[in-house]
Amino acid sequence: MAATETAARPASGTGTREGTYAGGLVSWLTTVDHKRIGIMYAVFAFSFFLLGGLEALLIRLQLGSPENTLIDPDLYNQLFTMHGTTMVFLAIMPLSAAFFNFMVPLQIGARDVAFPRLNAFSLWVFVLGALFLNASFLFGGAPDAGWFGYANLTSTQYSPGMRIDFWVLGLQILGVSSIAAALNFIVTIINLRAPGMSLMRMPLFTWMTFVTSFLLILAFPAITVGLVLLMFDRTFGTSFFNPAAGGDVLLWQHLFWIFGHPEVYILLLPSLGIISEVIPTFSRKPLFGYPFVVYSGILIAFLGFGVWAHHMFAVGLGPIANTVFSATTMLIAIPTGVKIFNWIATMWGGSLRFKTPLYFAVGFIAMFIIGGLSGIMHSSAASDLQQTDSYFVVAHIHYVLFGGVMFALFSGIYYWFPKITGKMLSEGIGKLHFWLMLLAFNLTFFPQHLLGLHGMPRRTFTYQEGLGFEAMNLMSTVGSLVLGFSILIFLWNVVVSLRKGAKAGPDPWGGATLEWAIASPPPHYNFRRLPRVHSRDPLWAEGGLDVAVNDPEAPEPHMPSPSLWPFILAVGIIVAATGGLTHSVPLALAGAAVVVASTYGWAFQPLER
Amino acid sequence: MRNDLRRVPREAGFALFAVAAVVLLAGCGGPYPQSALDPASDFATRLDDLFRGIFFWAVIVFVLVEGALLVAVFRFRDREGKRRPEAVHGNTILEISWTLAPAIVLVLIAVPTFRTIWDVDRPTRDPDALVVEVIGHQWWWEFRYPEYGIVTANEMHVPVGRTIDVRLTSADVIHSFWFPRAGGKRDVLPGHENHLWFTMDSTGVFPGQCAEFCGLSHALMKMELVASSPAAFAEWVAVQQRPAVGTGAAPVPADSLAAVSEETLPGDTLSAELRQILETGQQKFLQSGCIACHRIAGTPAAGVLGPDLTHVGSRRKIAAGILDNTPENMAAWLRDPTTVKPGSLMPNLNLDEDTIRTLVAYLESLK
Amino acid sequence: MTDDAAATAEGHYTSTGLPNRKLLMWTFIGSECMLFGSLIMTYLVYRGRSITGPYPEELLNIPFITVTTFVLLMSSLMMVLALAAVQRNDMRQGKLWLLMTALLGTVFLGGQVYEFSHFLHEGLGLSTNLFGASFYLLTGTHGAHVFVGVLWLLSLFVLAVRGRLDARHAETVEITGLYWHFVDVVWIVLFTLIYLLVS
Repeated sequence: MAATETAARPASGTGTREGTYAGGLVSWLTTVDHKRIGIMYAVFAFSFFLLGGLEALLIRLQLGSPENTLIDPDLYNQLFTMHGTTMVFLAIMPLSAAFFNFMVPLQIGARDVAFPRLNAFSLWVFVLGALFLNASFLFGGAPDAGWFGYANLTSTQYSPGMRIDFWVLGLQILGVSSIAAALNFIVTIINLRAPGMSLMRMPLFTWMTFVTSFLLILAFPAITVGLVLLMFDRTFGTSFFNPAAGGDVLLWQHLFWIFGHPEVYILLLPSLGIISEVIPTFSRKPLFGYPFVVYSGILIAFLGFGVWAHHMFAVGLGPIANTVFSATTMLIAIPTGVKIFNWIATMWGGSLRFKTPLYFAVGFIAMFIIGGLSGIMHSSAASDLQQTDSYFVVAHIHYVLFGGVMFALFSGIYYWFPKITGKMLSEGIGKLHFWLMLLAFNLTFFPQHLLGLHGMPRRTFTYQEGLGFEAMNLMSTVGSLVLGFSILIFLWNVVVSLRKGAKAGPDPWGGATLEWAIASPPPHYNFRRLPRVHSRDPLWAEGGLDVAVNDPEAPEPHMPSPSLWPFILAVGIIVAATGGLTHSVPLALAGAAVVVASTYGWAFQPLER
Repeated sequence: MRNDLRRVPREAGFALFAVAAVVLLAGCGGPYPQSALDPASDFATRLDDLFRGIFFWAVIVFVLVEGALLVAVFRFRDREGKRRPEAVHGNTILEISWTLAPAIVLVLIAVPTFRTIWDVDRPTRDPDALVVEVIGHQWWWEFRYPEYGIVTANEMHVPVGRTIDVRLTSADVIHSFWFPRAGGKRDVLPGHENHLWFTMDSTGVFPGQCAEFCGLSHALMKMELVASSPAAFAEWVAVQQRPAVGTGAAPVPADSLAAVSEETLPGDTLSAELRQILETGQQKFLQSGCIACHRIAGTPAAGVLGPDLTHVGSRRKIAAGILDNTPENMAAWLRDPTTVKPGSLMPNLNLDEDTIRTLVAYLESLK
Repeated sequence: MTDDAAATAEGHYTSTGLPNRKLLMWTFIGSECMLFGSLIMTYLVYRGRSITGPYPEELLNIPFITVTTFVLLMSSLMMVLALAAVQRNDMRQGKLWLLMTALLGTVFLGGQVYEFSHFLHEGLGLSTNLFGASFYLLTGTHGAHVFVGVLWLLSLFVLAVRGRLDARHAETVEITGLYWHFVDVVWIVLFTLIYLLVS
């Protein structure tokens, strides 16, 4: 490609031993480089993905036969609660964040995000919050009231002990991380785009990051308030969710789902962005209907705030509410469909190169269609009265979140791994990973549609014989074991490729967007000279980039200095939270003091030294 | 490169086979006594019809869209010497078409949806409906029939052909009332009263389960719906209305005497053996702390925290639908309820085997 | 343009011409709107549903709170004056108005503390009834925001006293003002919904 050739050889010192990824523990603890932060997000997120997967395997082993006694109900309830909480908050969101972090500044032609230290802060709060939440396993048991924690099961009367307090505080901490990151990315995307990159010339992944960030800052406050109300009930004896004193258990459900539904779009939209990049690249054709794909993403986010009560169709809200929310839920299928059609149209007439990223992208579309169709079935409030709270929902959510989001995230991993590490992942192992995962995934989750329709409720630690649930549960369990194995295949691919994989140049796929103009992995300042953009798909433009972004003659840009304050502030938050958890005023005050002191320390430390 | 190209059709063939296998395998198993796809009431039939209508459109969309995807994947594979494809940026007419087409399909789904919602979601207007009050507890179901003055647990009897007007609430946390073959579910919430109604169109015993996570033994909170002919239902009502066997507290209505067997008649028609069981059993029951939570009409036991046991011997299952009602199971329950149902609010009373034997005989006699 | 100047220009380049920190504050305020919105929704949902007293009609002292509301509004005026002073590098006035803003904010907080202790004395605690819980939580959250703002203003005041705040930092003062005015506007909404529209 002309562009990368005229951009000159990438700057030296970009290998993994020097430059971008150099340094020991202190270096990584104090880094404010979006790329290193992105890598840490990915490593931690994937570790929690494995933990959540282990929790799922235990669930499936228990359900493999009727009235099984492998896992007792107490442990089971902790497992399914933590599986949900872990996958949503500690795996998928941070994995998406890993990509936001690494890719967005590259895609918009920037050297870093708008607030590098705030970025590091988001990472450390996430890591420490995740550890805080999982520490519950060691201190009296993990949260066990479901990832959705319905009141009044979560009151001290029905959930004594610290488990729910771990959950409440843990989620609050994670909320701080997410909101801080979202604020950062909104400002970054609004303000740090390269000259010439109007909003309608931004890569789709950056667009979806932008929309997701707005969802985050507007949706999280609702659950923050819900969690505060629950915390007050549990700690100070208020009656927000106590029916005996006039409280309404439904208030929790409304607040939770006003957050919870946008949350699923927070999980999904980044993946839609990834697919919108992978498909054009491997079709060697620009994205069909770019404006429509952008607008449909915005519309999905907007409408996503108006569908929350479709999680409450069996609650008895009445025919007016159920009709309205049925209608809005059906409406949201339209922009979703528009995206799918545009992706197919992108491939249509293209020249499809079947590398692993494209396999996962096509797999995503295929599985997401199924998940979307079961979603349509749910959208009908009356029909949903049979489906809600049964395994049909479990099938639906896993088709959209695993067959959908995880497949897309794997597509992104295979796509951007060369850029991030400078090595190519093995195509052979990648394809084995894909086929095994696709088969195992369907074997695990397809039967669950039928289990639900045949009357198996969800969140049950066992089931009796004679209801016809045995065969499909067994199938699902076998599938889950193969699914777990397919993840090991992926890990094997990563290990083997990091050691002996082929070296990746700046642009192994012939990509269109700015990240492919620089070395793999990029130098710590990304672009030696900031690019100028005149169209979408800048690297595919006639003549490529007109600025030599890697020109070694340009002065080496001065980057923000590392800082320990973000980490210290994060520690302060955890200390304060532990004080709240243990009802220890001294500990809470100590944590608050650390928070205040490190806020001042951070504020008075110059960004560049 | 060439290997990639040749491998795609082979891989795809394997994939198609695998998918078909999974779909077919998923149809394995059965029968399904708790299935929503086997409606036995007007409510369940309405929902099933609606579901099938939506499923029809879902299959069409599935075939068309997945088909388009597969065609694209096969037809536009990169081949040796293929030129770089033409950069097509969009087509407004296509965009409008594939926005409108799904919208139309959605309207076709929305209209029957809204009709069904408005029919099933509003309270019944049938003046002859049988009102049944359902109260969810951790982890059992209380059923009250105000029209007949009956209180029972875990086994809900209804007559076929009459509208059943169910009023739902909870005594503790949120549960969900679900008999799939009788219709959709409705959550039971503390501090709220919810409504549900249905008319059974066939007799039989239909299993159901709590469908909202409610704690440790959520999976063990089951119930049975017994739909019987109006005559059989009337018999059941008559029996339930009587106080416990052997208490002789209230006279039996004359017109229900005929359907009652000799063994369950109160007063002096009881055999000496049965009378002995009832006397010693009732004594043990009153002494062992059971009365703190349980009621047996006609005796001093008037607890309301646990299921009403006046006619427990006549129920098909015990412990909220998870154990068949046999003396062995009853004994196991009394020996340690918390082992049978983790978290059970009925404590282990540390009863000796003798007491258990007596109590089991007594309770099984309460038909 | 020399390479160094180009690099500097690159470093401070923004797509909109607006400073990053100002955009950050506006976006943060958007998020805070949703936070207060959810708290307000909780208060309104539970209005009139307390099973036991004391009830709002018995306790809310509208004349008193009108005065403290006026004080908070005046503090916003002080903030405007502070920003104008700093922008024209009149740090004498700047220090004065920054301090006044913080002072009036503190007076407002004092009024809140007085009101809370009066209510407590009358038997309204956090866990007494739904009114207590939702009232204290909503106004307490607002008060916490005011408190943070006062600390922030006092920090700027101290910096100014030490000669480390002047017209070059006008942007910082402007962003502080944004936060302060937002907190004030939230109070107007709260005052209207809780006090003026007491049912």
